[in-house]
Amino acid sequence: MSEHTALRFAGARVVDPSTGRDEVVDVLVDGGRIVAVGDGSAPAGVEVLDCDGLVLAPGLVDLHVHLREPGFDHKETIETGTRAAALGGFTAVAPMANTDPVTDHAAVVHEVRDLAARAGLADVFPVGAISKGQLGESLAELGDMAAAGVRLFSDDGHCVPTARMLRNALTYARAFDGVVIAEHCEDVSLADGGQMHEGYHSDSLGLRGQPAEAEEVIVARDLAMARSTGGRIHLCHLSAARSVELVRRAKAEGIRVSAEVTPHHLAFTDDDLVTYDTNFKVNPPLRGHEDRDALRAGVADGTIDVVATDHAPHAVEEKEAEFDRAPPGTIGLETALAVILTELVEPGLLPLGRAIEAMSTLPARILGATDHGGPIEPGRPANLLVFDPRATWTVEPPFASRSRNSAFLGRTLTGRVVHTVLHGALVVADGKATR
Amino acid sequence: MKKHLLSMHDVSAPDVVRILDTAESFREVGTRVIKKVPALRGRTVVNLFYENSTRTRISFELAAKRLSADVINFTTSGSSVAKGESLKDTALTLQAMGADAVVIRHSSSGSPHQLTKWIRGSVLNAGDGTHEHPTQALLDLYTMREKLGRLDGIRVAIVGDVLHSRVARSLSFGLVKMGADVTLVGPPTLIPPEATAWGVQVSYDLDGVLPKLDVCYVLRVQTERQRLEYFPSVREYARLFGLSRSRVAMLPEGALVMHPGPMNRGVEIDSDVADLPNAVIEEQVTNGIAIRMSLLYLLLGGAGGEAA
Repeated sequence: MSEHTALRFAGARVVDPSTGRDEVVDVLVDGGRIVAVGDGSAPAGVEVLDCDGLVLAPGLVDLHVHLREPGFDHKETIETGTRAAALGGFTAVAPMANTDPVTDHAAVVHEVRDLAARAGLADVFPVGAISKGQLGESLAELGDMAAAGVRLFSDDGHCVPTARMLRNALTYARAFDGVVIAEHCEDVSLADGGQMHEGYHSDSLGLRGQPAEAEEVIVARDLAMARSTGGRIHLCHLSAARSVELVRRAKAEGIRVSAEVTPHHLAFTDDDLVTYDTNFKVNPPLRGHEDRDALRAGVADGTIDVVATDHAPHAVEEKEAEFDRAPPGTIGLETALAVILTELVEPGLLPLGRAIEAMSTLPARILGATDHGGPIEPGRPANLLVFDPRATWTVEPPFASRSRNSAFLGRTLTGRVVHTVLHGALVVADGKATR
Repeated sequence: MKKHLLSMHDVSAPDVVRILDTAESFREVGTRVIKKVPALRGRTVVNLFYENSTRTRISFELAAKRLSADVINFTTSGSSVAKGESLKDTALTLQAMGADAVVIRHSSSGSPHQLTKWIRGSVLNAGDGTHEHPTQALLDLYTMREKLGRLDGIRVAIVGDVLHSRVARSLSFGLVKMGADVTLVGPPTLIPPEATAWGVQVSYDLDGVLPKLDVCYVLRVQTERQRLEYFPSVREYARLFGLSRSRVAMLPEGALVMHPGPMNRGVEIDSDVADLPNAVIEEQVTNGIAIRMSLLYLLLGGAGGEAA
């Protein structure tokens, strides 16, 4: 597929939360950009894609993925991970810094971005580490990495261990415009060794519990630090009802905070762990029904800004182990949109526009990914997604991801990605990757 | 009966009665000069022990041998497990060798559940992490029924580190299923926070509970250093929750003292208490063989023959 082919997406319902547009209208793409929305005159040689019954939206943006390269390419590579992203309708992803070497200096940032450019399947915005080696002892070179274009910093996989370190990171980062400190909220003294949410099921299954307070106390700590420093904090993968409530109050108070939730925390609870299926072992753990309901309500009312996958590939032999030895995480890029459509949009818990906003517009804004997240208007870079909101499919291997540790295996989902357009080119056409 | 015994939730109350009744008929075999019946001749039982447990392994081994099954002991030391073979690969190997039943003991909760994905035969949980130990619970139910004549309505206290005890979980689930009245007793830090959802009561006052009991079931207390975040000292534990001679005197006449072994004499149970006539700890061990014979026989469907 040549990048210079003009494409007309004909008859799609265009949903663009950044402008509030929601109407059936044609979109014309040429030379990497949107050239017309509506009945423009089509240039000669335009390829017309019939999008009757389909939805066209800005390409999805994932603030939280693990692409594992460099260092763990038996789990995933930037190429396989971005192919999974493209097939899931994502045009931009932010891979976390827990690679080997850790993305704690500009050289690794450049390496990751170069590998992504070579694959050409999605725009990649590497997340920089907050501390050197993610060890929580000394600050990484945030300034250098910011100069290399990094906007999001996180020690994800680990919580910033001390309030003092977090305070310094939030304060220091104020020197760099638009930089966001993203926290993995987990009090180690409460969570350490915990295999699942602490509650009835952990008691009955004999698995060490990780109480909801392990997250809550760090959310409270971090909000206090954000208030006192005026720094900008983003809270990753919230899992507990009380965390949502703390964020709601902090926003009302004017603290500069944003928050994310994963599709699996919106879909599942600790009920799903009773067969010891390690694909449901995630961190933070799947919690109770009240927690899940609070997360859903939080996305609906905007307390939780963003849905992010925390796509965490692990090799088969790593996951097919004793429960307490298996690493936590589920892959999510290829299922995220369908899970949100199935679990939240279809049952009427979330308007489609808000779903797209949470998966594209707002994460693009937080990431400073100005080419992504809309608006769908002439002159804008053509990073788009077309999906069938009614098609049903069953989640099963093969995946484009190198790993297949999906908590959604065997689930029937509604909503399927048809085309993904990256800078004007179809990287996914009719549900198949073109590269 | 289900194909596997992973948890006491896998057996119904009528199943329990059937298991205990079948054990009853097998116990007689242990009193014969030739302690053997041909029920499982030609069948293969594998004891897959990832954790040292001489008494449970020997009990299963004797049970299988008395049923004439071929028995293979697969333990961590001296096997490929020590070389880092995964649970799955070990399971596939056993499957390829034609194991009809795999008895597994493992330090990780849920390992028996996982094994069922890779093994076509029956899986028997011989203790997994801090999850369950259903054959221990069944032999305890057998012992209680034999001594007290019933299970329905009996009052049982399970005393000690319930949080980390697989025996306590299985026994609680089993007793509640059979209509017993169960109270968990121990320091609050060692009682699972949601335990009352099991249908049991919780008390922190052993002396208040003792006079109302038919059975005082004492759990082994781990005294390793890491336990000391849950209680301050072994001395204080013993003073508050140890079954001393003077506490035994508070039990009603005929009440039983039980312990799953191995005992820490002087910690959770006074040395001479374990040797009192109402302590039935050795009988628990003897009954263990009959219960495991019963389970192997029922899960493997016998050899088309009679029980004994």
